[in-house]
Amino acid sequence: MSQNTGTPLNILVLVKHVPDVQFERHLTTPGQRLDRSDSVLSELDEYAIEAALALSESRGGDKAGNTVTAMTMGPDAAANAVKKSLQMGAAAGVHISDPALAGSDAGATSLVLATAIKQLGGFDVVLTGMASTDAETSLVPAQLAERLGVAQLTNLSKLEIAPGTTTVTGLRSGEDGTQSVEAALPVLVSVTDQANEPRYPNFRGILAAKKKKVTTLTLAELGLAEGAVGAAGSATRVLEAAPRPPRAAGQVITDSGEAGIALVDFLADAKLI
Amino acid sequence: MSNILVYIHAPDGTPTKGQRELLALAARLGEASAVLGGPADAAALSGLASAGATGFYAAAGGLDATGLIAPAVSLLEAAVRASGATAVLLPNTVEGREIAARAAVRLDAGVITDAIDVDAELTVTKPVLAGSYTVKAQVTRGPALITLKANSVELPEAAAAAGAAAPVHELELGETGPAARITATAEHAATGRPELSEARFVVAGGRGVDGDFGPVEDLADALGAAVGASRAATDAGWIDHSAQVGQTGTTVSPQLYISAGISGAIQQKAGMQTAKTIIAVNKDPDAPVFEIADLGIVGDLAQVLPQAAAEIRRRKG
Repeated sequence: MSQNTGTPLNILVLVKHVPDVQFERHLTTPGQRLDRSDSVLSELDEYAIEAALALSESRGGDKAGNTVTAMTMGPDAAANAVKKSLQMGAAAGVHISDPALAGSDAGATSLVLATAIKQLGGFDVVLTGMASTDAETSLVPAQLAERLGVAQLTNLSKLEIAPGTTTVTGLRSGEDGTQSVEAALPVLVSVTDQANEPRYPNFRGILAAKKKKVTTLTLAELGLAEGAVGAAGSATRVLEAAPRPPRAAGQVITDSGEAGIALVDFLADAKLI
Repeated sequence: MSNILVYIHAPDGTPTKGQRELLALAARLGEASAVLGGPADAAALSGLASAGATGFYAAAGGLDATGLIAPAVSLLEAAVRASGATAVLLPNTVEGREIAARAAVRLDAGVITDAIDVDAELTVTKPVLAGSYTVKAQVTRGPALITLKANSVELPEAAAAAGAAAPVHELELGETGPAARITATAEHAATGRPELSEARFVVAGGRGVDGDFGPVEDLADALGAAVGASRAATDAGWIDHSAQVGQTGTTVSPQLYISAGISGAIQQKAGMQTAKTIIAVNKDPDAPVFEIADLGIVGDLAQVLPQAAAEIRRRKG
């Protein structure tokens, strides 16, 4: 397949290792930190990896000089998120790991990620998912765009760079409707779960991943002080956390032809109608 | 009294319920001023004033509406610097979070999303882990940027009388930095139903509707409710993605949530458990959704929902 591929792209995709949402999740006491055992690659990041790979492939892939690098920040086990990205097809990985990073809020996290991105030499496209499935704040992508001084194309359900051009176009699900948006490279892009159908790693991908390079970076290597990150560097603080009182199951009835009426009686008793 | 800013995404003649909640909360915390994220005519200013705004901040010469997020960030940053605000309240939408996120970097401030309450000390209450925990958190540096979930604030019974025209401070923004351009907007098709994120009542359908949202929509219309859907239903293409409730869709916290044909796997429960009252209709008596429902009905939604809709219409006369 030969096409006008234009300048090769350096693409960075950010991934996060998070507790599996299929199971109950817990905060630890004391400290109100998330219990990170039983973690997996955040499902919403798979759409970002797929978008990165598809973008590279649309311009001729690795052979044409395009690169896809997967980066994560987190404790040792977070390396698994990078590993899965490499199995899906990313060419190289970066793992930012340092004990002082624990407790970083979105602002501190975006500082670390932006510092690493600048140190690695910058990228044409930084791709993320629409949210992490643990903290669910969606703050980091916008904060990264701000710190990197690039345009943000967030919450995209469709993403394209026309062959031979350096303009990114897409569809964004916003408050006012679906917006057609565009920006010139370099950009930060976040994609929704509507953007694509993520590929599964195949056997060849799993084998190939074992030979791919993962660079580990510490705070010292990034030139960041311990006080600038983690709980100390965060501008927010959790004071207390309480498990939500379990909802008591109410009355359960079996329909014998009149349950619709019973439903309305219930609404009337609860003064909802 | 401390200055509290409220970011108003799209000022209009009548403020939305979400905007009124933001202003009511701000007025409780201090002197409330509105930051105008779009053009506002006299009617819009008067509407916001009667909802609690005692001052306004706007971009001199108007805000660049084709620039994505970045112009609004510059406006908010300038308004915080001009007002010395201790807190900024924004809607908990994609736009509200992103504007808060970027402004926080410029102001070296903290952001707390998903707030359901804010007290006088600016301690924020928010649900985390899909509603399974409730957390209290504070911003420790800079102004507190807080995004507020809809249906969180009790609105005053009577709207305050429209006060004297409050002053509009026009702010020079200068260069607002690299931004994506919005080249076209396709507005969400008008359904005539309440906005899902702000609705007091939601009727949601899942896999069990088996392709037909008719009974769900019928009951929603009888109740004046918004229509929601589980991810399985939107993935199947039975209803538009904008109806999706939960993690990758709209978060809701209505007074009443009627779930029809939704089994109640953990992620689905997450989408509904902040609702005050839950009614579940499902064919499977072992569906986990019955563990959290205030009223559970084991039955066929295609029978139960239309019967309920007809009964509501009959009683309303």
